[in-house]
Amino acid sequence: MKITVRVWRQPSPDEAGRMVDYPVDDVAEDMSFLEMLDVLNEQLILDDEDPISFDHDCREGICGSCGMVINGQAHGPVKTTVCQLHMREFRDGDTIEVEPWRAGPFKILKDLVVDRSSFDRIIQAGGYVSVNTGAAPDAASVSVPKADADLAFENATCISCGACVAACPNGAAMLFTSAKVTHLNLLPQGQPERENRVLRMVQAMDDEGFGGCTNVGQCTQVCPKGIPFDSIMNMNREYLRAVKSSRGNQG
Amino acid sequence: MASIELAPPRLTGMRALWHSTIGKKAVVAATGLVMVLWLLVHMLGNLKIFFGPTEFDAYAHFLRRIGEPVLKNSWFLWIQRAVLLVVLVAHIVASAQLSIRDLRARPTKYTGKQRFEATVTTRYMRTGGIVLGLFIVWHLLNLSVGVAVPHYAQARAYENVAQDFSLWWMNVIYIAAMLFLGLHIHHGFESATRTLGYHRPTRARAIKITGDVLAVAIAAGFIVVPVAVMTGVVS
Ligand code: HEM
Ligand code: FES
Repeated sequence: MKITVRVWRQPSPDEAGRMVDYPVDDVAEDMSFLEMLDVLNEQLILDDEDPISFDHDCREGICGSCGMVINGQAHGPVKTTVCQLHMREFRDGDTIEVEPWRAGPFKILKDLVVDRSSFDRIIQAGGYVSVNTGAAPDAASVSVPKADADLAFENATCISCGACVAACPNGAAMLFTSAKVTHLNLLPQGQPERENRVLRMVQAMDDEGFGGCTNVGQCTQVCPKGIPFDSIMNMNREYLRAVKSSRGNQG
Repeated sequence: MASIELAPPRLTGMRALWHSTIGKKAVVAATGLVMVLWLLVHMLGNLKIFFGPTEFDAYAHFLRRIGEPVLKNSWFLWIQRAVLLVVLVAHIVASAQLSIRDLRARPTKYTGKQRFEATVTTRYMRTGGIVLGLFIVWHLLNLSVGVAVPHYAQARAYENVAQDFSLWWMNVIYIAAMLFLGLHIHHGFESATRTLGYHRPTRARAIKITGDVLAVAIAAGFIVVPVAVMTGVVS
């Protein structure tokens, strides 16, 4: 099939960008979206043009590197990562619009590559368990209810791709942050730092300049891992609980 | 190994509440719910107009006497007004600050058309809020102070309302504002339960229905009054 890729080209963070049309012939239905971009880039290299920069690594939907807005939808028309999106979702003759994630805190570095180090700083603020939990306990000596274990696991599947921020009309990082808060605060290991974790992570999120949640729900719609919308509600509850609690008030 | 434990956050307690996105949104939600409750009572009181001038003016008079003999005439009314003003100002300041922040966090629109899952009511919260803010100012000038009411008479509430709504453009402003109010509550009620952490999958249906009923009942309850004046049911 033949398609036209209308893609955001921006040489560097401080230069202006614009949408540029590139025709791509010979696109097979079985190609992934990234393979199609590879074909286009080979073409550009042969024509002595600058290839389109985009982030990618595993190409199997688990690393969270790849991410772009395709036809206005984060990760494109299917609820999966761009590397797992196939060209069969498009039709011969289509013009496909490809743009980088857009959010104040996600500065565009080049073309489709944005700086997502703000996510790292949110995780550094408390997205881990630092208390010494000692040697592995005897099996079943600390019981975790099945429902909690399942919910913690569901939230732990977040791959930090940033689609939630890209889709949110407020550029909020609530779904991302709440996935980690929900995951760790549900489990026994997360309890000692429960209040400080949520207070610190939300503060880091705010410090990076992300917006706030207005309960639109666009984030969950595009999340390739299906992080539940209720995680945000849960983080709100954890946060308000921590504000009230004296444990979060020390220091 | 205590040294690697998470250090306490920079902001705690009430300061964290006001200076964080989540805390500030909780202020918007709590003040919003207080206003929903207040409007419900206000709307029910207005419906007394259907029982004639004696009942309605007696109700208006009663409002000034609540709290007697502990409180002097009209004290309660003024205390209640002061509280409501603080609530309203907190709601407006917090939601305006959050909105400015949100717009900064998403400065560039996408070229491609975003498929929006959000309902209309969700997308008109800011527009609706501004409309409601302007309406509240107008409404107070209009019915409490008497601006633009033909033959406004202090303490003759029934007559003032009947006079007021006999002007067609007055009704248009009023009804349009009440429709925006309904929209604002439609998204706002459920949203507030999420913001405050009360929402649960098991409560989802009950919350949705409560929000819908409140939105429709409050908007419709206010709208029937000008409609009744226009159609001559109340005159
Ligand atoms: C004075 C004018 C008002 C302004 C400027 C205003 C503005 C706003 C804004 C910007 C929001 C946040 C929207 C969002 O989350 O998407 C909001 C939420 C809300 N407003 Fe208002 N509003 C006003 C009056 C009212 C009134 C009269 C009520 C009572 C019925 C009300 C009830 C609510 C509720 C319940 C929420 C939801 C809070 C949440 O999402 O957690 N507002 N308002
Ligand atoms: S490249 Fe790893 S998730 Fe797409």
